[in-house]
Amino acid sequence: MKVIDASGMHYKDLNAMIKQLIKGNAAEILVKNVQGQRYIGDGIQGNSKIIIEGTPGNDMAAYMDGATIVVHGNAQDGVANTMNDGKVVIHGNTGDILGYAMRGGEVYIKGDVGYRVGIHMKEYLDKKPVIVIGGKAGAFLGEYMAGGIIILLGLNVDDTQKIVGNYCGTGMHGGVIYSRIPIDSYKLGKEVKQTQAEDGDMEIIGLYVKKFSDYFGFDYRSIMDSQFVKIYPYNHRPYGNLYAY
Amino acid sequence: MAISLLTPEFIIERNDARCIRCQVCVRQCANLAHIYDQEEDRVLADDSKCVNCHRCVTLCPTRAITIRKNPLEFKENASWTATAIREIYKQAETGGILLTGMGNDKPYPIYWDRMLINASQVTNPSIDPLREPMELKTFLGRKPEMLKVENGKLKEKLPPQLELEVPIMFSAMSFGSISFNACQALAMAASELGIMYNTGEGGLHKNLRKYGKNTIVQVASGRFGVDPEYLNAGAAIEIKIGQGAKPGIGGHLPGEKVTAQISQTRMIPLGSDAISPAPHHDIYSIEDLRQLIFSLKEATDYRKPVAVKIAAVHNVAAICSGIARAGADIIVIDGFRGGTGAAPLRIRDNVGIPIEFALAAVDTRLRQEGIRNQVSLVCAGGIRNSSDVIKAIALGADAVYIGQAALIAMGCHMCQKCYTGKCNWGIATQDPNLVKRLNPEIAARRLVNLIKAWAHEMKEMLGGMGINAIESLRGNRFMLRGIGLTSREL
Repeated sequence: MKVIDASGMHYKDLNAMIKQLIKGNAAEILVKNVQGQRYIGDGIQGNSKIIIEGTPGNDMAAYMDGATIVVHGNAQDGVANTMNDGKVVIHGNTGDILGYAMRGGEVYIKGDVGYRVGIHMKEYLDKKPVIVIGGKAGAFLGEYMAGGIIILLGLNVDDTQKIVGNYCGTGMHGGVIYSRIPIDSYKLGKEVKQTQAEDGDMEIIGLYVKKFSDYFGFDYRSIMDSQFVKIYPYNHRPYGNLYAY
Repeated sequence: MAISLLTPEFIIERNDARCIRCQVCVRQCANLAHIYDQEEDRVLADDSKCVNCHRCVTLCPTRAITIRKNPLEFKENASWTATAIREIYKQAETGGILLTGMGNDKPYPIYWDRMLINASQVTNPSIDPLREPMELKTFLGRKPEMLKVENGKLKEKLPPQLELEVPIMFSAMSFGSISFNACQALAMAASELGIMYNTGEGGLHKNLRKYGKNTIVQVASGRFGVDPEYLNAGAAIEIKIGQGAKPGIGGHLPGEKVTAQISQTRMIPLGSDAISPAPHHDIYSIEDLRQLIFSLKEATDYRKPVAVKIAAVHNVAAICSGIARAGADIIVIDGFRGGTGAAPLRIRDNVGIPIEFALAAVDTRLRQEGIRNQVSLVCAGGIRNSSDVIKAIALGADAVYIGQAALIAMGCHMCQKCYTGKCNWGIATQDPNLVKRLNPEIAARRLVNLIKAWAHEMKEMLGGMGINAIESLRGNRFMLRGIGLTSREL
């Protein structure tokens, strides 16, 4: 395992160093004392694993295409922005716009996430992005969502009011949001409906909740004991009748 | 369904003595305006379907067809013009937002036409570009404060630059808004001319990757087709914030246009709406823009210049100062006359400011702040000919983008129906039968001819001014005189 001490380093130098190690086929890179350095793992490809101790800055794993990043701490805004493939595991909370326009890969967050998470996520052929949120989410979760899966567990709340902010799924025209707790309908966008998750859905949820439980040490069975709900769009053409031709 | 109150906009006139019943017009019209009546052996017309694109007129072997504006007039009324009444009928019948294509066609002042260019007489000799070298080459990108030379070599590495043989580029037009053949023609022409074309927010088709060093890849709010390979495939990256034809709003590629190829290039499911939200949801401030600029630079190892394109709006000078300080290498300003494949009519016709004012204001502001060297300025939106280019450069642009002029060179007839997807010229359509009408080689040749002709004209104008490099014209407003402008406009 390669070790980098990031304390006092400029992000440009730190990221160049990480990329250099990836080029040299380093299987595991431990980055210690990360103090808000931005853009870690941006655009990286391959199978390396980066372990971060500290708090990475904005836009971590943006455009990432492969590789795994594990953060022992909180992350900031823009994690997995336009990510194409790979895995991000965060042992803490994250900020806003997590997974914006994400097209592939998986993101697991132990705690809470901020606003506008999963906006404009999309899927294409075998690419189907997944975000699993252990805690609660802010407003605009899954706005404009065009594909992929968001699983909202809300393990630290037991209240339909608190699990997610307003405007959840507004403008959504693809993909699905699963929630462990039903969401008050006034919080949902008018483009989506909420139904109970069926057996097929529970299989999908189970697959990712299993990994989530393994990463963060939660009890898989007790999570899966809940009656999940499913939020999905009425159709794929929300604005089909908007125009005069 | 009740009867439509809309009367035909155009009338198709057919000279029956000339018509040989070959039915070329019937086969060529995607709008089905021509109908062959077998019993009568006559070609008939449904005027209401005609968009006046001249496809039938051009291809009729006996020149039997003429299209005229329908002379039918409403009672004269300065306020309620025929256009105003027709628009209300259309909306009353559909309940929809009015759509349109291409740039603003309203008679707002065109300030290019109110500026004249200087020439040398006696005191400063003019130059003959046919005999003497004339430099049009332009580099776009951040320029250092000073150059340090050591042993005849540059001591510090220059920031990445785009090298253009002519300061004209083809502006962003996505695969989706225009056909694959049209994209290919632009790419081929750019590559032959040593200039750039721009992918728009449509991703980059795998067959066009080979034109990478003449490609600017665009990153817009929908992030369609954006992955590390895409970012690294072009010579530069352009962040699209806004577009002159529709400042402040996003875009929708309707699901019916998301064909197999489009779905592959944009990396979205077949037949689903491709929605580009109005803002980038990771940019709510200049600081956020800086973050996107640098995340793109990080993802491409600082090897590509990053451009930011905005629509010309109020406060454009202050906004551009912010963009320059956010780390952009190139700023693109798109004026209100800029083109589009589809925009709400009200937005296209009423939002934005003239590019001429925006450009002058931005150049002045950046100079005053001493940061003009940090960015290159590209002017877009309604550039029609080489004298517009010269005037834009004299007002402070480093280069221009042309979109509509390039489409017209390929065969566009400005019928403004791009949004219907039924372009009879094979440009703004995804219908394979229509697309194959545009031969990429021929279209590329026409584009190359156009830019070469403009380049010759620009050299002549420069020579006339006694200038032998485009560099010396940049921001040189002494070379322009305003005609019929108020002192404020001047």
